[in-house]
Amino acid sequence: MKPGTRLKSAACDTEVMVIRCGEGAIECGGAAMGEAKPAEAAPLSADHANGTLMGKRYVDADGKFELLCVKPGKGSLSVDGVALVTKDAKPLPASD
Amino acid sequence: MNISLLLEMAAEAGADRIALVCDGKRWTYGDLLAAARGAFELIQESGAEYVALLDESSEAAVIALFGAALAGVPYCPLNYRLPDTDLAALLGRIAPALVVGDEERVGRIAGDQGHTVYSREEFAMKTQETVPADDERMYDLGEGVAVQLFTSGTTAAPKAAILRHSNLLGYILGTVEFASADESDAALMVVPPYHIAGISALMSSIYAGRRIVMLPSFSPEGWLQLVEQEKVSNAFVVPTMLGRILDAYDKAPGTDVSSLRAIAYGGGKMPLEVIQKALERFPDAGFTNAYGLTETSSTIALLGPEDHRAALASDDPKIRARLTSLGQPLPTVEIEIRDEEGKALPAGEPGEIYVRGDQVSGEYKEKSALVEGGWFPTRDAGYIDEDGYLFLSGRADDVIVRGGENMSPGEIEDVLLTHPAIADACACAVPSVEWGEAVGIAIVPREGHDAPAEQDVKDLIRARLRSSRVPEKIAFVQELPYNEMGKLLRREVKKLLAD
Repeated sequence: MKPGTRLKSAACDTEVMVIRCGEGAIECGGAAMGEAKPAEAAPLSADHANGTLMGKRYVDADGKFELLCVKPGKGSLSVDGVALVTKDAKPLPASD
Repeated sequence: MNISLLLEMAAEAGADRIALVCDGKRWTYGDLLAAARGAFELIQESGAEYVALLDESSEAAVIALFGAALAGVPYCPLNYRLPDTDLAALLGRIAPALVVGDEERVGRIAGDQGHTVYSREEFAMKTQETVPADDERMYDLGEGVAVQLFTSGTTAAPKAAILRHSNLLGYILGTVEFASADESDAALMVVPPYHIAGISALMSSIYAGRRIVMLPSFSPEGWLQLVEQEKVSNAFVVPTMLGRILDAYDKAPGTDVSSLRAIAYGGGKMPLEVIQKALERFPDAGFTNAYGLTETSSTIALLGPEDHRAALASDDPKIRARLTSLGQPLPTVEIEIRDEEGKALPAGEPGEIYVRGDQVSGEYKEKSALVEGGWFPTRDAGYIDEDGYLFLSGRADDVIVRGGENMSPGEIEDVLLTHPAIADACACAVPSVEWGEAVGIAIVPREGHDAPAEQDVKDLIRARLRSSRVPEKIAFVQELPYNEMGKLLRREVKKLLAD
């Protein structure tokens, strides 16, 4: 998948932009994400329902995946069932 | 990835929030996004391959930057201070372009190049009136070039540095937390739009949700007035501006600058006395020295507020000296000092500054300057001390080579500036029959002092440095030539000393 691709959650309102991507299925709320929203919404899995936050970056432990949340939702992000964690920017003391 | 995402997200999070104040007019994030989409239509209709700005800072800079990104063509702000012939040549290199700004001038000097030209007012109005043909239309994916900047050409003809969407987004996403600014935060912008600091400041502020207050044409009085009026919290200045602001503030000490929390500076060497005075006059503001280049999407190293205050308060000469350093590399980039063969040097050894990271483009339109491993040789000379602080000694091209010995102009100038009768100084190479090159210096005597005797100056350098640094040629001048960013134009001093 190309960096810059936008993916939508099948289970909630979440949308992400792919910054970095390896081999594996990107999911939200326990359901695979896609470039288009499916006609019928997938159920939100209770195990993947911590929510996403606008503007946060989500990464896997190996640093192969990095997603930027551009629209928040109720589901949480995972790759092949393994939850992603947030990565904080290292804010500059307002240098520009 | 496309930088237009930054404005889209800001508008999504707060469409009605004030994004920009310029000449008394207020723009919300929603207004700016709608206008950028209108600009996209105008750009497509015109068939332009570039979007150029030939104007001072205004809302048009933001609309053109993001409109160009949506349309998938590079945004290329031009230096309106250039003479006609130089500017016409640059315009010719980006034809056909949609040019925003000085209509009369473009018509006169580049009327036959096929550009579509709008005045600032016309562009702002048209982009607001133009409604995108279809809301669902696809915008550019942003794999290409977002910004093209012609380098200032202080040493050679201007090069076209290109910054890809991925470089700029790498910088912003790595260093700015989305929507992290308070609603009351406001950033005062005075850097010209054709400078990388002006572009990165727009993107940083928009992504953080910080209101941008533009001062299109700098005056120290106007700057202070806007700080008071708009309760400005953040500002970026170049060293010469800060010196003038402090002088103006001393003449109008009643000005309320209590809202100022962060003042960043960069773009040229900051005189020690100016930053010391600034720390005293604005005791509540945090100062940051930001070092970066066009080719690195702005800042790659910085000296933060705590380091400034600690250096000012310290008696330890090593810690005090940090006030003249560039601070430490950002956590998102790597910096190395290398010798002429490209070998990495240990702490304390002077050489050329190399950098790599997502934000580093190191690319020109003609070719990439990156070397193996994605490192960019900056052509800046400097060293890193044992505590990891980076010190700049000048451009690598400015090094004086006397009989095979490399000498940095900076160390000679630092010694000259300790003389009470010297206000400013520049050292550069002069031709020498015996040595190939030798040291020449231009000195500006301090007001109220007699110019120092040539022998005094030579003795000072011999005592503090080595005899090889003693100048063969000394000129006394009224002032040194700086460009509007505060960069010393060494090649002009060189010319003067060669005559």
